Amino acid sequence: MTGHDIKYDTGPDAGPDAVHDAGHHAVPVRTNMLVWAALMLLTAITVGVTSFDFGFLNVVVALSVATTKAGLVILWFMHLRYEGRVIRLMVFTAFVILAIAIGLTFFDVAYR
Amino acid sequence: MHEHRDYEGAKIGMWLFLFTEVLLFGGLFLLYAVYLHRYPAEFHAAGKDLSRIFGTANTIVLITSSLCMALAISALQRGKVVLSQRLVLLTVAMAGVFLVNKFFEWSAKIGHGIYPDSPALLKLPPGEMVFFNLYYLMTGLHGIHVIIGGAVLMYGWHLMRVGRVTPEHFVFLENGGLYWHLVDLVWIYLFPLFYLVV
Amino acid sequence: MSADAHDHPNFFQPLPGTKGGIASWIFSTDHKRIGMLYLYCIVAMFLVGLTLGFLIRLELIAPGRTIMGPQTYNALFTLHGVVMIFLVVIPSIPAAFGNIFLPIQIGAEDVSFPRLNIFSWWLYVIGAVLAVVSLVTGKGAPDTGWTFYVPFSAVTTTNVDVAVVAVFILGFSSILTGLNFITTLHRLRAPGMTWTRLPLFCWSLYATGWIQVLATPVLGITVLLIFAERVLGVGLFDPSRGGDPILYQHLFWIYSHPAVYIMILPAMGVISEILPVFARKPIFGYKMIAFSSLAIAFAGSLVWAHHMFVSGMSDTAVMVFSFLTFVVAIPSAIKVFNWVSTLYKGSIRVEPPLWYALAFIFLFSIGGLTGLVLGAAGTDVHVHDTYFVVAHFHYVIFGGLGFGLFGAMHYWFPKVYGRMYDKRIANWSCLIAFVGFNILYFPMFIIGLQGMPRRYYDYLPKYAEGHFLSTMGSWVLAAGLLLMFWNLWRGIRHGKPVGRNPWGAATLEWMVPSPPPHHNFDAEPVVTHGPYDYTGVKPDA
Repeated sequence: MTGHDIKYDTGPDAGPDAVHDAGHHAVPVRTNMLVWAALMLLTAITVGVTSFDFGFLNVVVALSVATTKAGLVILWFMHLRYEGRVIRLMVFTAFVILAIAIGLTFFDVAYR
Repeated sequence: MHEHRDYEGAKIGMWLFLFTEVLLFGGLFLLYAVYLHRYPAEFHAAGKDLSRIFGTANTIVLITSSLCMALAISALQRGKVVLSQRLVLLTVAMAGVFLVNKFFEWSAKIGHGIYPDSPALLKLPPGEMVFFNLYYLMTGLHGIHVIIGGAVLMYGWHLMRVGRVTPEHFVFLENGGLYWHLVDLVWIYLFPLFYLVV
Repeated sequence: MSADAHDHPNFFQPLPGTKGGIASWIFSTDHKRIGMLYLYCIVAMFLVGLTLGFLIRLELIAPGRTIMGPQTYNALFTLHGVVMIFLVVIPSIPAAFGNIFLPIQIGAEDVSFPRLNIFSWWLYVIGAVLAVVSLVTGKGAPDTGWTFYVPFSAVTTTNVDVAVVAVFILGFSSILTGLNFITTLHRLRAPGMTWTRLPLFCWSLYATGWIQVLATPVLGITVLLIFAERVLGVGLFDPSRGGDPILYQHLFWIYSHPAVYIMILPAMGVISEILPVFARKPIFGYKMIAFSSLAIAFAGSLVWAHHMFVSGMSDTAVMVFSFLTFVVAIPSAIKVFNWVSTLYKGSIRVEPPLWYALAFIFLFSIGGLTGLVLGAAGTDVHVHDTYFVVAHFHYVIFGGLGFGLFGAMHYWFPKVYGRMYDKRIANWSCLIAFVGFNILYFPMFIIGLQGMPRRYYDYLPKYAEGHFLSTMGSWVLAAGLLLMFWNLWRGIRHGKPVGRNPWGAATLEWMVPSPPPHHNFDAEPVVTHGPYDYTGVKPDA
């Protein structure tokens, strides 16, 4: 953050954009390895449970595991955990919009 | 004009770009959701034809490549440039493994006459046709992203070698890494949807 | 054209030590030059689209064949839609005036990603060229309408492949503009430029940027699927292959309804800039207008299927989406009420930009309210796919965005060129265009209610009067617009030079010389007051 042309918020509601150094936070190797191990474990679980038939719940289980894995990747590998409020809110918004697009479509296809 | 060096801004820009990728795939996920809802039995039958071993292997490869990428960033931030370069190369190598795997998987399917618009495919029940069309479209689009991601990371590696990505200015590699993790993220969903939910 | 032009060249003049020339424009990373490139392209494309619309109206002046055959007619209205939507309306205000003024309004030197900015203009040019190529290559110009609905778009032999690739590229261009603006607004605001001191134009571009980033990719994948269906035979929308054509419409409108707000929000931002300046009082309800931009952007993502009430969607979806549609009316109405309240008890100075702004409010209100007629599922069944829709759409987009764009042109003209156009002619051209507009589009409401279907090449004699009147209106409107463009053109060359702040506005772009110098500000400004605080601000010309 050395550029002289970076503008800082100085106003009263500067909060969300306030510059912070979280991005420079180097994630410890140990943390990365643990996240990887968790991802591997979850992969094993999701493959393993396919030998049981829960019917419709199969989809729910598989997607729950996938979402947990996605959460791990986003929070640690993609450093979202260490980002400020602005980026976190942005990511949340994007996924909400995606959920709306898929969800509202089901008002049509589920009731046709 | 001098170069802007706005680290936070560059990351915001990259995240916004990633959202466009999420929504691009999102359209296909929407179609998948609707068609799974409409043809559960056919998706079940067709999914059995896909090799779970290939799928699981590729999942492991891609998750591990993501780990390498995350480690590469951490290494660079700590000033270990050479280690970081090697980890990036390892990441790209795994992207290669993924693609080779995918190539064999697709070849096998195409060898059985199952590909979009093929006579064998058109004889299948409608739900299975949809499944395979989605399979080719979604894994194909994902494959293109693997190639782009690999190219971006190679460029990042080049920038490290010529000293334009350094422990002080690493945002290019960090953003390349974000892109790579997104590729992983998409696969994390593609894997259960095509290989496991059957 | 100030006296210090030598040491502070304005952005039209070459930078000191450089030669200038065409390359210094088309490869420029200066947001003002990029904005001008966009502006000229958009005006050129607008004239193309205008001509096409004019020819369509001419064909419809009387029943039966008049000046062209049905296939030509189909190609022309497809092209009219594609050119106007993707090459004019979607880029229009953000890419032209947003690029020129957003950085200056927030006290920045440029946008966050200047090179991405010129790249997005190049994508626009490539998309425009491909759109033209699609006309003259392959087996005939696309005849699907700008919506590219399946199954027709998947089976027609005309050159849809190239057209959808053009749309994909134009979408990418639009995304990059939005991405740039969002990042710029987060990162490059000058000291003291807090979110609540942001001009409302910037707020509207911020909301627009989010729609561009989050909705446009869905259009991208949708047109890619058309391409895949035509070229690879993937058939995800083909019922004989298990596909569902209605899902195409879902995907298409998941983008294209929010896209309507990409079109209208920046125009609303322009109106929010113009009104307080000419009412000489702070805008009424600043926070509500800013908030309603975000609310429109969000609510706009909830309502897409109201374009599909008669497409065979489930009844539940019809009711849900009809209800949600009414929700969008609320933030739009908030804006209109606040604008009117801004004018109330203001010391109004009537100048051309204000006339355009007032025309906007009037036409947009008609367009918006007739939108509720269409959003109500019960009435929509009767007027769906009739000229009522055509009239509604043009009242919102042409009457709204179009007049907002013209308002922006007249408002920022003296800043961009450092000269003033002939105000009397500008007023007359606004009046002529306004009258012509209503003669052109109002009869469409009536023949639409009587059952005249849209897109048709021919019609029953009972609709003849309405169509005839409408074509007459198109001549008046075209005359008004040509007068307007001629007047502006003359103003660029021979207008009276003006100073920094001819309107007496309080936003930052009026604090820099006209035309602005290359780097906008000599020193980074420090903002100490709101954008509509006119205490002590006087027009200087």
